[in-house]
Amino acid sequence: MSTEKQEREPLFSAKNRKLLTNPLSTDNPITVQVLGICSALAVTAKLKPAFVMSLSVIAVIVFANLIISLLRNGIPPRIRIIVQLVVIASLVILVDQILKAFVFDVSKQLSVFVGLIITNCIIMGRLEAFAMGNKPWPSILDGIGNGLGYAWVLIAVGFVRELFGSGTLWGYSVIPETFYNFGYENNGFMILPPMALIIVGIIIWIQRARNPELVEEN
Amino acid sequence: MYSNAYIFRYAGVMVILVAAILSSAAMFLKPMQERNEAVDKMQSILSAAGIENVTTENAIELFNNYITDMIVVDNEGNIVDDFKGDGKENSEAFKLNLKEQLYNKSVNKDFKLPLYVLEKDGQKINIIPLRGVGLWGPVWGNIALKNDFNTVVGVTFSHKSETPGLGAEIETPAFESQFPGKTIFNDQGEFVSIGVIKGGVSNFPLDVQRHKVDAITGGTITSNGVNDMIQNVLESYVPYIQKQG
Repeated sequence: MSTEKQEREPLFSAKNRKLLTNPLSTDNPITVQVLGICSALAVTAKLKPAFVMSLSVIAVIVFANLIISLLRNGIPPRIRIIVQLVVIASLVILVDQILKAFVFDVSKQLSVFVGLIITNCIIMGRLEAFAMGNKPWPSILDGIGNGLGYAWVLIAVGFVRELFGSGTLWGYSVIPETFYNFGYENNGFMILPPMALIIVGIIIWIQRARNPELVEEN
Repeated sequence: MYSNAYIFRYAGVMVILVAAILSSAAMFLKPMQERNEAVDKMQSILSAAGIENVTTENAIELFNNYITDMIVVDNEGNIVDDFKGDGKENSEAFKLNLKEQLYNKSVNKDFKLPLYVLEKDGQKINIIPLRGVGLWGPVWGNIALKNDFNTVVGVTFSHKSETPGLGAEIETPAFESQFPGKTIFNDQGEFVSIGVIKGGVSNFPLDVQRHKVDAITGGTITSNGVNDMIQNVLESYVPYIQKQG
């Protein structure tokens, strides 16, 4: 049923491109919709877990969006949230099982995140707000867009926290030893979760200062 | 537009379908997962003893080459089983369920614990597997002791679900590299374990420093878990160690 429509509408029409780019800035899941904050605080003490988490969320959100979009006409509205949750949870568990069997090292990295991915409200938010009412292709683009929107904020926060909190990036020392000899110290507060909230706050502040459209009127 | 009967049917089919997919995936993938876990365990044991370049491919071979004895020790310090030769991954010591045995210990029942003996450059190294609890789930690892059962050669830690960047830092070289050279007995020959403490080890007197390492900032509960794990497991081997004279 959707092939006919797709032939008329190019894959990357202006409308579809917006699905990809809007979540990066004016409709960002973290800084504008303020979703997924829990995981943004939990995994951003270092750059690497932030990156792994971002990749996992992008993968899960794309596939969950696709599956829900394919099923959307058969899902009874009264149990739709349960259906969405079942799709997300089984997808995450399935992927974790497969990783454990074939790439054990990656799965060891991920094990911590499994619970956090399932409960990430961005994923359920996109299923409910977009995939339930749109065709599969736009749903995939929406998933990629929102996943990337989530990813860049996570990586930005992880970058700042690891650099100032541990003096490293991706586990490698970047602040020269001489700095420490002159009395420079890593900011221990940076690696605690409250600092992530403050950094996200600063990102929101900068974003709204540059784009006054985002500021709500009271 | 959707009747109750449809909703029930939909939910029923969905649940059965998902259960079938997940359980068949689990069943089908289990042998590979168990093999990966065994290989991971061997890698962890070997790297605690300071053996380098252990990959997932050569782990089983290196394990069988380096390890000389797979011993099972009971709570009174007697050797119950001593496995030599090939196929060490099938020995009782390797398959022993540490969680069960440590539970038996906690309720004052008899228990058995494994001990892996390894020979490297003519030196005997004793490796003791560890298991305890962190903040969110289990933590485990291996501690390698010199032939005197006192000086630490190396450790490896791992965890199920500690917080990334905080508690999860126990498995980084930065944390693990504090252990080599520390001792688990004091000069009087009393068991003191190795403590994970706050406040900077270098601020303590030298005779305390020998038994302590620095905890992880922001990972207090995991650090305490590691502290308790080392204490709890090592003290179970004290009867055996004392019998070695």
